[in-house]
Amino acid sequence: MLGKLTWQAIPFNEPPAIAASGMIVLIILGLLALITVKGWWPYLWNEWLTSVDHKRIGVMYVVLALVLLLRGFSDAIMMRTQLALAAGGAPGYLPPDHYDQIFSAHGTIMIFFMAMPFVIGLMNFVVPLQLGVRDVAFPVLNSVSFWLTAAGALLVNVSLMVGEFARTGWLAYPPLSELAFSPGVGVDYYLWSLQISGLGTLLAGINMVTTILKVRAPGMSYMRMPVFCWTALCANMLIVAAFPILTATFGMLLLDRYAGMHFFTNTGGGNFMLYVNLIWMWGHPEVYILVLPAFGIFSEVIATFSGKQLFGYRSMVLATLAICVLSFMVWLHHFFTMGAGADVNAIFGIASMIIAIPTGVKLFNWLFTMFRGRIRFEVPVLWTIGFMVTFAMGGMTGVLLAVPPADFVLHNSLFLVAHFHNVIIGAVVFGVMAGYYYWFPKAFGFTLHRGLGVLSFWCWFIGFYLAFFPLYAVGLLGATRRMQHYADLSWQPYMIAAEVGAIVILCGILATIAQLVVSIRTRESRRDLTGDPWNGRTLEWATASPPPVYNFAVVPKVESLDAFWAAKQQGTVEPAQAYPAIEVPRNSPLGFLTAFCAVISGFALIWHIWWLALLGLTAAAIVLVVFGWRPRIAVEVSSEQLAADERARRQSMVPA
Amino acid sequence: MNAQVANVPVADSGAGPAPVRIVVGYGFWIFLLSDIILFSALFATYAVLQGQTNGGPSGRELFELRHAGIETLALLLSSYTCGLAVLAMERRRMPAFYLCCALTFILGATFLSLELNEFAALIARGAGPSRSAFLSAFFSLVGLHGVHVTVGLLWLIFLVAQTAYRGPRDYVCRRLLCFSLFWHALDIIWVALLTVVYLMGAR
Repeated sequence: MLGKLTWQAIPFNEPPAIAASGMIVLIILGLLALITVKGWWPYLWNEWLTSVDHKRIGVMYVVLALVLLLRGFSDAIMMRTQLALAAGGAPGYLPPDHYDQIFSAHGTIMIFFMAMPFVIGLMNFVVPLQLGVRDVAFPVLNSVSFWLTAAGALLVNVSLMVGEFARTGWLAYPPLSELAFSPGVGVDYYLWSLQISGLGTLLAGINMVTTILKVRAPGMSYMRMPVFCWTALCANMLIVAAFPILTATFGMLLLDRYAGMHFFTNTGGGNFMLYVNLIWMWGHPEVYILVLPAFGIFSEVIATFSGKQLFGYRSMVLATLAICVLSFMVWLHHFFTMGAGADVNAIFGIASMIIAIPTGVKLFNWLFTMFRGRIRFEVPVLWTIGFMVTFAMGGMTGVLLAVPPADFVLHNSLFLVAHFHNVIIGAVVFGVMAGYYYWFPKAFGFTLHRGLGVLSFWCWFIGFYLAFFPLYAVGLLGATRRMQHYADLSWQPYMIAAEVGAIVILCGILATIAQLVVSIRTRESRRDLTGDPWNGRTLEWATASPPPVYNFAVVPKVESLDAFWAAKQQGTVEPAQAYPAIEVPRNSPLGFLTAFCAVISGFALIWHIWWLALLGLTAAAIVLVVFGWRPRIAVEVSSEQLAADERARRQSMVPA
Repeated sequence: MNAQVANVPVADSGAGPAPVRIVVGYGFWIFLLSDIILFSALFATYAVLQGQTNGGPSGRELFELRHAGIETLALLLSSYTCGLAVLAMERRRMPAFYLCCALTFILGATFLSLELNEFAALIARGAGPSRSAFLSAFFSLVGLHGVHVTVGLLWLIFLVAQTAYRGPRDYVCRRLLCFSLFWHALDIIWVALLTVVYLMGAR
């Protein structure tokens, strides 16, 4: 009846696990109770859960990312504490079985459910505004994408309470992840939650590529698009090209596990290195899916706060495109030790080093943008400068790792762990934090507290160096990744330093939370009435903060790069003469319902509850048919309404 | 720099957002590209695992070109009738539209039943998907195409019912456009599949 699911799946015998999961359940129940008591359900349902507005969906993506940042970070600090303790003969406090699940969950969550939703959320919010249009190409599909991502995130966290998570590392290499060596449900949790969220990501990518290529304001030619739109275009093209490979690869591993097939098994002629090749054909572009939009954010921030046009716009676009193409030609550098031979390794090593060239172009462009600019040291600029310093170092250790003979020594060491955290924290996390602060007033109509933002930056910045530079050193000394304890006592000081770094980063996260709370409480005194709090250059600043549901009362005409800046310079930010009525898409619960069915089916498949899986999939099919059958109804915003909105906005802009 | 960039002629889409029909067709094309990449991952896998028969039967012993030929004929003809259905819809010749859709469905279903027949025969002689890595790759690659055809047939039923109930509205026509793109893409994949799996495998 319930497949493999029994009471033994609940970890009653592990007090820390049951306490943590009990806490989470209590918090969720408490939140639901609060919403019910306060009568917030209609608001939540109508304004957020069923919203197809790209801005609302973008905000929900970012909220999801921030929540899962906390989950992923608590995994991180648990690991660091374990390694600070488990030296010599000491066992530490986490048994290997538990520790393995933690490092697998940490990687999975941080990449798929923290970095991805954060980046996709910012793109979702910003790109249509920057393109000067009213929404993405397919608003309802956008909602489906978000909710599928949320469904995957939910399933990963259910594994904390019911059953277990994978012990295989974040990419679940076979043969370890095959049924013979991982008979539990951990790998199935991993695979199904990533299949569900991966589908959401693919749909989001298709939507965004179509939007950027086909839905732009009049006059917004390719070479007038803001650089963030270019990087978003490249990142989403990479999503469209790379995520199907992930789906196929996981699909084959699922067939191995569920249908006894032999793609990656040791027996039956399977080939596990095939999995490693396929997963990195997705995995390396994935790195650029995350980092290209971050580069875009830095480009917007540095141009705005230097009061100058971005230096070398064309070379920036070309460098982005070059990285986009090259990202598909380097996957083998993740496993030089496979033994493909000297020629193959040399080609992939050189291809990897070549990526440093367009990246270097970008770095110099940012520096020259700042050169002789009137730089305002707002929080996003701190993140950007911190990024430039940190990322340059991470890039250099990357070039070092791209040398195959060096890689044979450093492969799977903590040096590698330090390298990829150096680039992912230094570029992606710093980038999304800059974007969060930069676009927050656009999303909510008030600015964030500056002092706490500065504090958060310095904690993250110093904490990062404390946490990861010792790992470079201890990695060179021979410490390997995914190590639960070690004999060599001389490593312990490095591990303790790394633990201190993690605590400093924790302070940075707490500062971010405090910043949000303080800013909300003092929001009346920090209202952004102009819609343009930073003296911005691109079209998102041309509308109100927060923008109305239709973004622009009249779709702007674009005459040049940095369209809003040009309009301000020419003094042409005038009210329009007439406001033709427009249609906005109606809310749709399709996304929420699809995700609900996906969670049910995913859970049932993980636990081999076949009837429930069938029920969930049938329900999903019925939902799709019902929603496909109904004619699409849009809501009209009348021209009087538009004119009144605009009048009110212009009046509020006049200083009192 | 500023002036130089500003003077770039607006060759591409200075015209603002494209019409809905274009946006929908374009978006669906991009989906199809991603679908083709999904298949290409399985093609690559098949190419790698083709020789790994684990002591079991190889393609030469299993594949019948006659059978694959008839399948190909059915599928390509269904694509032809699908194209005729789109043309009939454009001219609003509804009886012709329904007839072509029915033919498309029958030919597609024929293809599917032939494929299932082949699968059943293979499994019956002990050459099922868990026999060897080669057969895992074969069943998954060909089966994934079969799943696509199945989804296409269900979609076709839905489309015909919606057309009958709602009439040839704009959004119904857009969906028909997407369906025909989907159906033709399955043809392209099948031609690659016929070549790589059957023609090269039966030698």
